[in-house]
Amino acid sequence: MMMNADLRRERAAATFQPELLTHILDGGAERTRRRKEIEALVINDPDFQHEDLNFLSRSQRYEQAIRKSSLMVMKLREYGIADPDEIYWFKRICLGSFPEPFGLHFSMFQKTLETQTTDAQKEKWLPLVHGVKIIGTYAQTEMGHGTHLRGLETTATYDPATQEFILNSPTVTSIKWWPGGLGKTSNHAIVLAQLYTQGQCKGLHAFIVPIRQLGTHEPLPGITVGDIGPKFGYDEMDNGYLKMDNFRIPRENMLMKYAQVEPDGTYVKPLSDKLTYGTMVFIRSLIVGDSARSLSRACTIAIRYSAVRHQSELKPGEPEPQILDYQTQQYKLFPLLATAYAFHFVGAYIKDTYHRISGDIHKGDLSELPELHALTAGLKAFTSWTANAGIEECRMACGGHGYSRCSGIPDIYVTFTPSCTYEGENTVMMLQTARFLVKSYTQVSSGQQVTGMVSYLNDLSRQRIQPQHVAARSVAVRINDPVSLVEAYKARAARLVEAAAKNLQAELNHRKSKEDAWNRTSVDLVRASEAHCHYVIVKLFTAKLAEISNAAVRAVLTELCLLYALYGISKNTGDFLQAGILTDAQITQVNQRVKELLAIIRPNAVALVDSFDFHDVHLGSVLGRYDGNVYENMFEWAKKSPLNKTEVHESFHKHLKPMQSKL
Amino acid sequence: MALTETGKYSQGSVLGSVNPDIASERQTASFSVEKLTAWLDGGAERTRLRRAVVEAIERDPVFSRENQYFQSQNESYEAAVRKAVHLQKKMHEMGWTDDGPEFKYIYRALSGDLAFLLHRIFIRSISVLGSDKQIAKWIPLATQYQLIGSYAQTELGHGTYLQGLETTAVFDITTQEFVLNTPNISAMKWWPGDMGRSATHTVVFAQLYINGKCYGLHPFIVQIRSLQDHSLCPGITAGDIGPKMNFEHIDNGYLMLQNVRVPRENMLSKFCEVQPDGTYVRRGSQKINYFTMTTVRISLISDEVVIPLMKACTIAIRYSVVRRQSKLKPREQEAKILDYQTQQEKLLPQLAAAYAFYFISDYLQELFNRGYREIQRKNFDMLPELHAFSSGFKAMVTQYGTSAVKICLQACGGHGYSLLSGLPSLYTKIFASCIYEGENTILLLQTARFLIKCFMAASTGQSVPPSVTYLAAVTPEKCPAKNKLDFLSPDIYTEAYQHMAARLISSTAAKLQDLIQSGVKKHDAWNQCTVQLAQAAKAHCHYITVKNFAETVEKLETQPGIQKIMKHLCDLFALHGIFSNAGVFLHDGYVSGAQMDMVTASYLDLLAVIRKDAVPLVDAFDFTDKTLNSALGSYDGQVYQRLYEWAQKSPTNKQVWTLDYSQATSALTRAEVVCFS
Repeated sequence: MMMNADLRRERAAATFQPELLTHILDGGAERTRRRKEIEALVINDPDFQHEDLNFLSRSQRYEQAIRKSSLMVMKLREYGIADPDEIYWFKRICLGSFPEPFGLHFSMFQKTLETQTTDAQKEKWLPLVHGVKIIGTYAQTEMGHGTHLRGLETTATYDPATQEFILNSPTVTSIKWWPGGLGKTSNHAIVLAQLYTQGQCKGLHAFIVPIRQLGTHEPLPGITVGDIGPKFGYDEMDNGYLKMDNFRIPRENMLMKYAQVEPDGTYVKPLSDKLTYGTMVFIRSLIVGDSARSLSRACTIAIRYSAVRHQSELKPGEPEPQILDYQTQQYKLFPLLATAYAFHFVGAYIKDTYHRISGDIHKGDLSELPELHALTAGLKAFTSWTANAGIEECRMACGGHGYSRCSGIPDIYVTFTPSCTYEGENTVMMLQTARFLVKSYTQVSSGQQVTGMVSYLNDLSRQRIQPQHVAARSVAVRINDPVSLVEAYKARAARLVEAAAKNLQAELNHRKSKEDAWNRTSVDLVRASEAHCHYVIVKLFTAKLAEISNAAVRAVLTELCLLYALYGISKNTGDFLQAGILTDAQITQVNQRVKELLAIIRPNAVALVDSFDFHDVHLGSVLGRYDGNVYENMFEWAKKSPLNKTEVHESFHKHLKPMQSKL
Repeated sequence: MALTETGKYSQGSVLGSVNPDIASERQTASFSVEKLTAWLDGGAERTRLRRAVVEAIERDPVFSRENQYFQSQNESYEAAVRKAVHLQKKMHEMGWTDDGPEFKYIYRALSGDLAFLLHRIFIRSISVLGSDKQIAKWIPLATQYQLIGSYAQTELGHGTYLQGLETTAVFDITTQEFVLNTPNISAMKWWPGDMGRSATHTVVFAQLYINGKCYGLHPFIVQIRSLQDHSLCPGITAGDIGPKMNFEHIDNGYLMLQNVRVPRENMLSKFCEVQPDGTYVRRGSQKINYFTMTTVRISLISDEVVIPLMKACTIAIRYSVVRRQSKLKPREQEAKILDYQTQQEKLLPQLAAAYAFYFISDYLQELFNRGYREIQRKNFDMLPELHAFSSGFKAMVTQYGTSAVKICLQACGGHGYSLLSGLPSLYTKIFASCIYEGENTILLLQTARFLIKCFMAASTGQSVPPSVTYLAAVTPEKCPAKNKLDFLSPDIYTEAYQHMAARLISSTAAKLQDLIQSGVKKHDAWNQCTVQLAQAAKAHCHYITVKNFAETVEKLETQPGIQKIMKHLCDLFALHGIFSNAGVFLHDGYVSGAQMDMVTASYLDLLAVIRKDAVPLVDAFDFTDKTLNSALGSYDGQVYQRLYEWAQKSPTNKQVWTLDYSQATSALTRAEVVCFS
């Protein structure tokens, strides 16, 4: 079919070559080539074809997912794809928006066994894991306990007589709840439990627990396991529950690389547990990248559709314009497009930084870890919250059709939204970052220097001479200069960190306990963290511009960067006004400039989403198709709806007809 | 499958006893929950009636929603049809009528999960748009369910902008028929409820052509399915539009017409008629059409926004006093999450908003009733104001409500994501309200157009409706508050809102004028100001909501206990709005930086105050557990037990899944062979 004329015109009018921008996003032309090569392996493979999952029941969706997961494992090995990025490319084109039930087997189960076991344990378990002789998951969260790990209630009591651990779920709240792949798929789980030996609790430890009989797949005696029921999304995933009643496992099933329980029950303490920080940083950095990609996909759909959809009248007597020509539509979508680019660069930065320092980490040098840990916690929360709201806005911008499953945005949304909760609930994450910020502020106050992204706090001590708070400081902000805007964001972050730290001190001075004071300041603390993260993002986006050699690409990214920074100001004018960073007149200019930038970006909007280079298969959206033939394909899609399987629905015979004859 | 052994937990089920964590919340209520409920209902007598209706519905097993979260699209559609059919019988039995006071309670008890809601619109549109003869012919058939109707306006390529619809109805003088056609794919009717499977008839909106001349949009009654065997009529292509985020129980449909002929009498002709010779006659005012839209938008605010929002608050707040997480003080037990300031800051403003919108919905209803009385006296003066208000508030309340429900969902951590929490369904339902009955941005711009007009009129001394006289009022240039307690004065904050709304409207009007004077064409100038215009319209609605809340509290002087807590909520709603939109209040220096710090301090203090009454405040909404249908939000607070028991009812745990594990794992083993051979 031919490409929709509107989209053809949009693409012809772009001022830059989208491929060049794609290369930047991928990390080089060669990587783009390789990615496309891998994607083609899936797209051209008839084994991966299936009906739209939206037409299937949950049970059928789970089955498809298992089938696909198995197939992916086979094909990846067949093609010899082993590089983590390449595996990721392969999987994401296979899965689209959907999770895979085996996901935790390879990520958490295998990773944990690789990093937390002794050599003897490795030898026993890893071949079984690699060969998928056993399928495992990672069972940490309990029904009544999430982010606060110390609160977990599951117990593992050591019995020296038999050299076994006895696992128990002592209360309803202690039932393991949510782990992916636990309900139906896995036959083993790594269970986190409070270790009791010699009558003492030694805190949380990890144990390998068989839960289903190999071969029959029936739950083992003492194990109650099942699916936790329907969810907002994740239909493909059998998130499960697990209850253990006096379930015994051998002593060797405790992961003993760090802590150990000797045969007589003697507990040997681990040397250091800071290493687990590294894993958390890594996973949270993935979420930042995922925020970028999920938002990019939603933007691609909404912007292409807005170029195809015509509605109402802009000029009397003229044909209905593309809805992308309305200022309100641009105002909804372009700041999100800019945000998607910003988050992409932030995600890449954290990933690089993590890889840069992970060598140091393995050598035992953990000096850079606390800051990176604090930063990723906050950025995980900031980007996932923003992307979540952004995807919703994209859906809203597609009018009624955005609500149909055929738009693909509902799937993106429901799959993405749990990332605000998992791997650390967002508010808790923001408060972790705040703890680091307050600590840094206290260091500066006591005359020490701090380094890294918080070094702006050093400037505060210099301004201490002034009786006013930071507010009195004037920054000569140039609203067309990204570098100057970075300074404005920096000043805002400094002001909010200082305000939160001072409020905290004031609460403490009221002789409140430390915890009470912290709680009573937490709204301020979250605001400070958000301002800090916002600053980091503007700074990283701005820094990226200098690295771009192609002038046309740099120009369009500079516009997006300006839009990102100025839009952020216009949405938080209170902070900038109250701190005296910007004047009323400047705020008016900022608002005006935002609208000018919308018009400037408008001609490149479609090319900017084309640059994300999502294949239609990956996008999974009728509204966002590359060729823009939206309406024909919506009709084709609808015809396959389960309600349309028969021309006359059985309800007619069952209910309607009897009613009509009775009334 | 051997896994539904629940062991000691189900034997000693605690369902029925109240969780002490939630019981203790109720002991310290500062007011009488029963009195607040009665006041919200409009009197104890109303409360009694509501409870009786809800009980009658809930006692009837046909209306059970127990399986709601486990149903497929086909099953939920069938259940909705079954319930709708049964409801007719029930209403007859109970002596309830469609226009009686019971209907809204029935709807509340069923959470709107019914088929044939569009059938009601079909009936209404014939009553409003049809001639007496047409009414006499069609209404009895419809009310007897001898036919099932729908209402087909929206097309695949056309929504809110009605003039753009493409379906055609050409008058054929020789046969005295209209010939209806879907000229291309974007003209296909798309979305109408009840049309995919149920409807036998529908009101189709089409461009009328007589002798080659287009007379614009008109409504036609078109039969689409056989009354005998329900098969599609000749020339009709119709079906279901496929899965959506929610409303799985409704068969939203598509409809394609190919040379479908209907008799001349099928054009609804109260306002216009095509005579046998093809003469087009227009009679009466069509303004009344606006009035229908206004009615729908106003009733939508209470049924589709305020009630879901109240439910979401009930679920999230009850769960937040049962859920304990982390320690607030060393050596103490883990704290209730509602004791965390950040959790209070998420939920309590949404609770305040639920009350604020409950009151604004009353206010709009009253405005509407007044307008209706005028219209019956053939005075249409109030229509523009009514139209502008219903549009703006529909947009503001649906948008605010959607984000509020989302906040409630996210505030419940992982469990909020389970359908069993009830929150995802509330969210996807309320979300749809941002789109239907007029896309929100377009509605806000309609309100803005009215406000700009009124502002121009007011500034030249002409009279304007009382609700917008503030646009010309003189207010002080600076907020007079001197300390944080001053911000607990409704006069202080209402004036701040008034000032802010007036400023946004006047500055946008000025900008528009500047642009036009500098030679920009009117429509271009309008488009260049739309972001500001939408913001101004929202500010206006926000101001009226605050003002109305404050006035509602004032009228409560005979009930001091309730008045006190409502005053706190009103303060919280107002200060939350200033706190979250600080920039617009600071912008022209009306509120100073120091004053903004006072706002923040007062706002945060209020959270701790309202925290104490949070559970009684949601109890007062008086939702039964069956209405809430939430494992997290039940009255007894037995969250975990219920979650565990409900999860086991999931079909995924009852039936053996169709998956063949041996096949899956042998596939993997083969992979191994491939890899290592």
